[in-house]
Amino acid sequence: MRLFADLKALIVRDRRTDGIVPSSGFTAHLVILSAAAMAFLAVFALALSLASGRLAVRWGDELAQSATIRIVAPVEQRAAQTETTLRILETTTGVAFARALDSSEQQALLEPWFGSGLDLEKLPVPQLIEIIQEDNGFDAAGLRLRLAAEVPGATLDDHSQWRAPLVQSANRLKALGVVSVFLLAVTLAAMVTLAANASLAANVQVIRVLRLVGATDGLIARAFVRRFTVRAFAGAALGMVFGMISVLLLPSASEASGFLTGLGFQGLEWALPLLIPLFAATVAFFATGWSARRVMGDLA
Amino acid sequence: MIELENVAYRYSSGDALLSDISLKLAPGSFHFLTGPSGAGKTTFIKLCYGALRATSGAVRVFDQDVKSLNRDGVAKLRRRIGVVHQDCQFLDHLSVAENIALPLTTTGRDTQEAREDLTELMGWVGLTDRAAALPPELSGGERQRAALARGVIMSPDVIIADEPTGNVDWEMSQRLLRLLVELNKMGKTVLVATHDLSLIRAAKTQVQARVLRIANHRVQLAGADL
Repeated sequence: MRLFADLKALIVRDRRTDGIVPSSGFTAHLVILSAAAMAFLAVFALALSLASGRLAVRWGDELAQSATIRIVAPVEQRAAQTETTLRILETTTGVAFARALDSSEQQALLEPWFGSGLDLEKLPVPQLIEIIQEDNGFDAAGLRLRLAAEVPGATLDDHSQWRAPLVQSANRLKALGVVSVFLLAVTLAAMVTLAANASLAANVQVIRVLRLVGATDGLIARAFVRRFTVRAFAGAALGMVFGMISVLLLPSASEASGFLTGLGFQGLEWALPLLIPLFAATVAFFATGWSARRVMGDLA
Repeated sequence: MIELENVAYRYSSGDALLSDISLKLAPGSFHFLTGPSGAGKTTFIKLCYGALRATSGAVRVFDQDVKSLNRDGVAKLRRRIGVVHQDCQFLDHLSVAENIALPLTTTGRDTQEAREDLTELMGWVGLTDRAAALPPELSGGERQRAALARGVIMSPDVIIADEPTGNVDWEMSQRLLRLLVELNKMGKTVLVATHDLSLIRAAKTQVQARVLRIANHRVQLAGADL
């Protein structure tokens, strides 16, 4: 019932509580500034979390469906071993598609390290075979045994060794983003509580007068709660807008590859930061309410 | 209306300030409470409107045991008791009119009719032309009259005043006294704590008032020397 009255007082201006508490410039600015800073950081934490989540999914999905066979053999045997390997793959359950990379593709892969104009024929570069798996995948251990028996120069790399840590890292980064948002909320709650306490302490005489004329604690608390909730909402909205503009100004993922350039929001994700001011207001609502009731309990 | 039965009040240190107090303030009565500074007049008054809880005994106001009331219950009780303090206790950021109307505002009774009553009330205490002023801009007498107006705006059954003439000159104290007597003649129960014996003597010529004196932690009916 009290919560309902508090919520109603937030939305509907209550003449009983408007103006009965004097405006306090310092605490007002403190709450607005804190909420703005926290919201700004929360936008980035959210962007980081979402980008990490996308990365984890992409790495997990893409790498889980592919594998590579590397054939290291003398030049005169390389074509035969490649042919044998492809034949084995054709009869391997779970392999949807397999093909040997041609020299131009292999050259493109090595270009970032060795530059252009590389003559692969003169280098002992292994032949690569790309494998696309079916949904259920293939039996990697069985395939390794067959290759060991028939193609001594072939090595199967199903990406599992380096894929798992990458996906794990991305997932941890995502969790870190969520934890950061949580910590920002806790910090905001602490800031609002401190500011509310300061305001309540500065207004002890006001509280005494209001009690003297018959105001209930709920009504007095609502006067403070509304003030701090509105300030937290306004500050967080400001911080969110600046945060979203900053994220918008980051280089897009399409301009250059790499994780950091993918930091941002996609599609409906842009709506998520809009929840930050509401979240900040909720935090302020409960923090101030708790603080007000505690202070008034001490005054009783 | 207000009844105290074997009431005692002790400081947290255990020292007794008031003890074994039993009395009734009947509806429509006018009481003075007197005694030296530090005797416990303000404490007695605070016990009467629930600002303090008796250490032992029972304080019943409007047939309700104050001890059984929670804070909201006490708040509602205070709406039926007009309290006037020596230091007036205003909200300095609100105008005089807003301060006087504060009990109406906080209880949601700030209606058009109440506004008309406020205008009438401000005329009654002679503050019509000071309505927009802020409390720090008022003289001592104006502050006391504004506090009295705030105390009666809810049409309370009881008016309790703690040293209402403490900061005003003789002429103003007589004016305040006349207002209190007028309220008593309207049927309100009035309790005034004061150490100003001349005020009591002046009142006795206008109203039938009982004088209570706090001495040795107890409340006694004062004799004819007053």
